Amino acid sequence: MSSLDLFTTRRPALGLGRLRQLDVTLVLSWAIIIVAIAWAVAPGAFTPHSGTVGIAGNQLRAPDVAHWLGTDEIGRDVLARIIYGSINSLFGAVVAVIVGFVGGTALGLVAGSVGGRTDTLIMRIVDVLLSVPGLLLQLSIIIILGFGTVNVAIAVGVTTVASFARLMRSEVIRVRRADYVEAAFGSGGRFAAVLWRHVLPNSLGTVIAFAALQFGSAILAISTLGFLGYGAPPPTPEWGLLISEGRKYLTGAWWLTAFPGITVILIVLATHRISQSLRRPS
Amino acid sequence: MTRLLVSRIGQAAIVLLLAFTASFLLLQALPGDAILIKYQNPEMGLTPEQIAEIRVLYGADAPIWVQYGNTLWNFLQGSFGYSVQAGVPVNPLLATNLPPTLRLASLGLVVAVIIAGALAFAATLAPFAWLRNLLQSLPALMISVPVFWLGIMLIQIFSFRLRLVPIINPSEFQALILPVVTLSLPIAAPLAQILIRSLDEVQTQPFVSVARAKGASRAWVLWRHVLRNALLPVLTIAGVLFGELLAGAVVTETVFGINGLGRITEQAVSNQDTAVLQAIVILAAVGFVLINLLVDLVAPLIDPRLNTPIGASA
Repeated sequence: MSSLDLFTTRRPALGLGRLRQLDVTLVLSWAIIIVAIAWAVAPGAFTPHSGTVGIAGNQLRAPDVAHWLGTDEIGRDVLARIIYGSINSLFGAVVAVIVGFVGGTALGLVAGSVGGRTDTLIMRIVDVLLSVPGLLLQLSIIIILGFGTVNVAIAVGVTTVASFARLMRSEVIRVRRADYVEAAFGSGGRFAAVLWRHVLPNSLGTVIAFAALQFGSAILAISTLGFLGYGAPPPTPEWGLLISEGRKYLTGAWWLTAFPGITVILIVLATHRISQSLRRPS
Repeated sequence: MTRLLVSRIGQAAIVLLLAFTASFLLLQALPGDAILIKYQNPEMGLTPEQIAEIRVLYGADAPIWVQYGNTLWNFLQGSFGYSVQAGVPVNPLLATNLPPTLRLASLGLVVAVIIAGALAFAATLAPFAWLRNLLQSLPALMISVPVFWLGIMLIQIFSFRLRLVPIINPSEFQALILPVVTLSLPIAAPLAQILIRSLDEVQTQPFVSVARAKGASRAWVLWRHVLRNALLPVLTIAGVLFGELLAGAVVTETVFGINGLGRITEQAVSNQDTAVLQAIVILAAVGFVLINLLVDLVAPLIDPRLNTPIGASA
């Protein structure tokens, strides 16, 4: 995937002069993510309104003091729907990243450490996964698993297995050549033990930063599939679905589509910034 | 060279065969039988015997490996089976829906390349540091925008607010403006990012300093010396961009209600019409593999250093 290609081309180390200015964006990014997690954990603490039940006579109000982001066609508060929708997107993204991380790391670790035919076979499978555009691969999996939040998350996760595997393999190959790994083998360490104690921990750093990047991409992918109607069914306040529903009132009620989209963009930007900070400067 | 060529083509063929096998196993061998879904509908009033007959007609009763062989043979001959839901062969379905998507995708690519090139040059040449930083951070923002949301916002702003692009009875050209922009922005973003980085890297090379010392202007050096060297990293993501372009087109068509590959993909998923989806997936994989093969063959023409064996030059 392109995200991997962009990820592996490293940026030059940042000068001290820019450090202070960049820290502001990093703090802001963490703040955004923490707020989103808080929304997911305790949505009721952030809004007095309901995420699914509307108030009669309150339909399609433009943003004002009572409803900061306006109300939708059956009088539901848009901000409340975004807040209550947080859990869907975050949970889906976590599931997707876990699927991709565990599957990809395992494949990459085996391919990079065992080598030989096993390596060739695994990398061919990775090639096949990479040869199909992400969206089409996700749709192929959804067509089998059926619709729903978890199924969409799994589909998104499977699509990222290939990128994780490729990155993990290159890291493992880099670490395996290190002196301390040779020393561990030389002092009689068993293959699996050396792998677990030395190779795995030392190759995970970059992969974890990549996982943070994939978290944002997963939120983007999940909202796209939600928009197409394959995610959670309608009364659920899922961000992609909110935008899809708001489409019908495009002429008058711009707030129905604009705000859920901005929420997605902010969270994706934040995760990208955090991922960047997690990478070791080269 | 010939040996390299043969081995690359062989590898490409293996990837495609594996892709076909995987998609066959996933989409045809697993449950979610499109024939049963359509014909078991009680409104049709078919007896189990009649359904069995239909299954024989579609070849769904044969052992799995026979089905695999038949499907592979048909695909190799360019025949993609039957859409059970629409009751027609997949081929004419693709033939009518592929051209609009290809037109949208190719226009989107052209616009994306122009945007990315302009952005990369501006971000490298802009007069002030803060302006360069601002321009360099634009692609990161563009990558974070959901394609479908971008399309909706563009309709909102340009059609409803400013009334610049009519949505009722637009001309063919007008109807394409917003979809092409929607599709091109997310494609332009990674392109611009890679181009900016690669321009940055090439600019520090000694030959650039030499050209500058000889009195060439910055823009001229960029155009004549740097660009050609900076293009190679861009070519390596051409295959990925093709995939993104296709996926982007699917979403864009849904947003703008354009008839094309996107619409039949969406319908195929909703109706579990696996034959249609499999055909599209395989076509996408073929496109990806062919483009990467082409890039491998063209890269040495752009950079002759790639022709020398590894290790001979450093």
